[in-house]
Amino acid sequence: MVGQGRFAADVSLPNTKHIAFVTSPYPAARIVAIDKTSALALSGTHYVLDGRELADATLPLVSGLDTPNVVRRSLAVGAARYSGEWVAAVVADTRALAEDAAELVQIDYEPLPYVLDAETALSAGAPPVHAAHESNVLLDRTFVWGDVERDFAESPHRLAFRVKWGRSSTVPLETFTVTASFDPWRDILDVWASIQMPKFPDQIAVALKLQASSVRVHHDVDVGGSYGVKRGIKHAVLAGYLAKRLAVPIRLVEDRLENMRGGDAHGPERLFDVEIAFDGSGVIRSMKMQALDNVGAYAGRAPFQLGKPIGAIVGPYRIGSVQYRAIAVTTNKTVQDAVRGFGQAPTNYAIERAIEEVAARLSLDPLDVRRRNFIRAEQFPYTIPTGSSYDSGDYHAVVEKTLVRGDYVALLAEREKWRAEGLLAGIGIAACLEPSGGNAVFETLLNPQTTTTTWMESCRIIVDTTGGITATIHTNSSGQGHETLVATVVGEVLEVDPDRVRVVRPDSLSSLPGNSPVGSRMAIMLGGAAFHAAQKLKTKLIGIAAHDLGIPVDRAVYRAGEVNDRTDAKRLRTWNELVAIAHRHFHRLPPDTEPGLAVSHILQVPTGGTLPTPDGRVNMYPCFAFEFHLLLLTIDPELGKPEIRRYLVGHDCGTVINPKIVRGMTLGGIAHGIGAALLEEFAYNDEGQLIAQSLMDYLLPSSHEVPPVEIVGHVTPSPHTVLGQKGSGESGYLGAPAAIANGVNDALRPLGIKVDNLPIRIAALADMIAAARQTSA
Amino acid sequence: MSIDLMVNGKRCRVETEARTTLLDCLRDALGLTGTHMGCEHGVCGVCTVLLDGVPIRSCLMFAVQADGYDITTIEGLAPGPGELSIIQDAFCETHGMQCGYCTPAMILTANALLANNPEPSREEIVEAISGNICRCTGYMQIVEAIALAAERLRGANRPVEVAQ
Repeated sequence: MVGQGRFAADVSLPNTKHIAFVTSPYPAARIVAIDKTSALALSGTHYVLDGRELADATLPLVSGLDTPNVVRRSLAVGAARYSGEWVAAVVADTRALAEDAAELVQIDYEPLPYVLDAETALSAGAPPVHAAHESNVLLDRTFVWGDVERDFAESPHRLAFRVKWGRSSTVPLETFTVTASFDPWRDILDVWASIQMPKFPDQIAVALKLQASSVRVHHDVDVGGSYGVKRGIKHAVLAGYLAKRLAVPIRLVEDRLENMRGGDAHGPERLFDVEIAFDGSGVIRSMKMQALDNVGAYAGRAPFQLGKPIGAIVGPYRIGSVQYRAIAVTTNKTVQDAVRGFGQAPTNYAIERAIEEVAARLSLDPLDVRRRNFIRAEQFPYTIPTGSSYDSGDYHAVVEKTLVRGDYVALLAEREKWRAEGLLAGIGIAACLEPSGGNAVFETLLNPQTTTTTWMESCRIIVDTTGGITATIHTNSSGQGHETLVATVVGEVLEVDPDRVRVVRPDSLSSLPGNSPVGSRMAIMLGGAAFHAAQKLKTKLIGIAAHDLGIPVDRAVYRAGEVNDRTDAKRLRTWNELVAIAHRHFHRLPPDTEPGLAVSHILQVPTGGTLPTPDGRVNMYPCFAFEFHLLLLTIDPELGKPEIRRYLVGHDCGTVINPKIVRGMTLGGIAHGIGAALLEEFAYNDEGQLIAQSLMDYLLPSSHEVPPVEIVGHVTPSPHTVLGQKGSGESGYLGAPAAIANGVNDALRPLGIKVDNLPIRIAALADMIAAARQTSA
Repeated sequence: MSIDLMVNGKRCRVETEARTTLLDCLRDALGLTGTHMGCEHGVCGVCTVLLDGVPIRSCLMFAVQADGYDITTIEGLAPGPGELSIIQDAFCETHGMQCGYCTPAMILTANALLANNPEPSREEIVEAISGNICRCTGYMQIVEAIALAAERLRGANRPVEVAQ
């Protein structure tokens, strides 16, 4: 706001050295020799690190899968597996010098066969990306929940379709950045990084063979956007190793090219084959879904992104049985990391397409088909076939409110008006869920060797001797408003102005256990931890006051920082008096009371804590928010350019703690969804080169592409959270791509064509329309 | 080489290389880290500063080229320590920022717009910020911030010009 943010690149330590990378020009190649001589001869160059040295000194990065022969490290060892992969890191006095020196590193490569397409990678004879692993399959699991075959056999109608979600990502404006500094006398590695990563210090420590108590991650670093991808373990291990090896502070700031090719921050690229069994009224009885994900050259987070959607695999619908096959294959493309929704947005796109297909087959209104399949308000809590228990909701009410606000009849008339004027026009609809607050049990489900059943978050509150209140957050933020969240919740419980609550971020060595702001969890988990900590503080204050007033605890009433006697309100202890007793007057404290005013709470995920059953059922998430997208778009038939004329979204994420933050998240999510649907794709050419490698080729939505969005709020509190709140960090993005795709297909329907792949590129659309018109003419 | 830059009303003598961008010079030599690096090819706009009041990409300009211009960075906008300008305050009020990375550029761009157009339409605001990518907000609350700031600036008391 005033230029006083503190992002990772703003951390400036004396004598810091800078990194630039030498990257692979081939999608697959054996690294024959690396000649560093010329680079090291350049004045100001200090070191050239190759993958072999790093591999000898560190442990591989952890994937969470049981695939020991798919080894991932910060730098390629022996072979490069995608174009742009980091092969060597050059350390110099400045970034500019490091880039100069990187150009002088000579690497001999022997190009190898490569594979880019997921289906090809699956086929016999395809070159394995990791020779020692022998195939390209990292994960292939089939789950059957309920009697799918019976339901298919008994259903009067069946259909099948294929859709593809293109390779895009969140592409934050700040590239990944880390500064590392090692103190060999204290044996501490200090790390400032732009992270959104669970267990970040622990993972760095394991890879560098240190105790986590020797890694101090500074959480008071602002993060310039993440939306999932700022994981940065490979970056931090590299910078940490060099800081230790060279005994100087090391800064790694990806440039945009390094970020887009070798930053390992791509998102899902997923092929869905879906079969639906349904009756004549459009009620869906069963679904078979196969999701084939092109994960790129190493595991990253991609395989597990096939797991999260299991928690809401039937969307908001009463589908009685499901077969789900999740396949993750390696190819010679950039590695994926977590992207907003962790795989849920692609799955929602496939589910919503299924609804449209059923409606089209039966010539029904797709809105009616959704209504007929929605779980009804009185059915909550509702357990879906996979074992997830949907906490609460009123989907019909949210849809009705949105239709009223949007004047659906007028919207249909407007579509006809545009069509009469010669444009293609369509209504786009999508309904979907945002599972939130989870305990990462999808890892357990996909890899039974993992037995983690908690994913806690914590908060500590300290009241100092002057009566000031300080609360803590134990992770970085990337714009989610966690300070506001904690101050609001603590203020609410203690009945004080949130502006009185100072919120700080201790470093990782001073932190309570936590898991970072992933999976739409912080309103639930950090909000919950802050709530319980504040309750503990309040309880302690009441106890102190009751004892000092000589009354039973149940006669003491807390109000806005003061405690009085219920039977005589004039008998009270003020905030300052209670603070003084706690900090200085031990003789006035109740027996067995710790002096001072410090409380903390470590919150377990509500409804979590159990392992999946042997047949793969488990409740993955405590909360399920609902959103209903409704839009009108037109397409200029000559240009193929879609234009969104009206956009409404009905949104129910339970109790809203901060309306402006929730609104901002939803609006930003929709903008991101517009990008995924229409603009953004990490496209490759046949030679295996990433061709969208700058922001001139990878198109981010600007203010021109994002229309005004009308949000229609509805509140169905969750029974599982302290204030009834649910998550909203992924809202908008989870349904926007589906709604836009459905809108485009509604517009194309008169031409008898439809699009099956995202993103829907303008040029491709124009060609399709021209071909269809030629055929009909 | 040595150059003289006028930054936020102060003259600064800077030692720089000919190839150093204005962005790197502001951040590394002058410690003005409120100007951010995003793409280094002039698309994202997070490195925006004002040059004689006009928004420019500091990643596409060498520091030596800025010699002689009046440069304004985000650090030059707050009226005093602990204070916010009307535009900065409006961004807070409408929640016109999330991660804050594009915010300095957005606020500088808004300054330039409102300096020339005190009553911009929604379309004019959208056009003005269309060269500044924001990945968090979907732009609506930024547009609302600029509209709110414009309204407040129009209603603000102005110093009376006294004839000499």
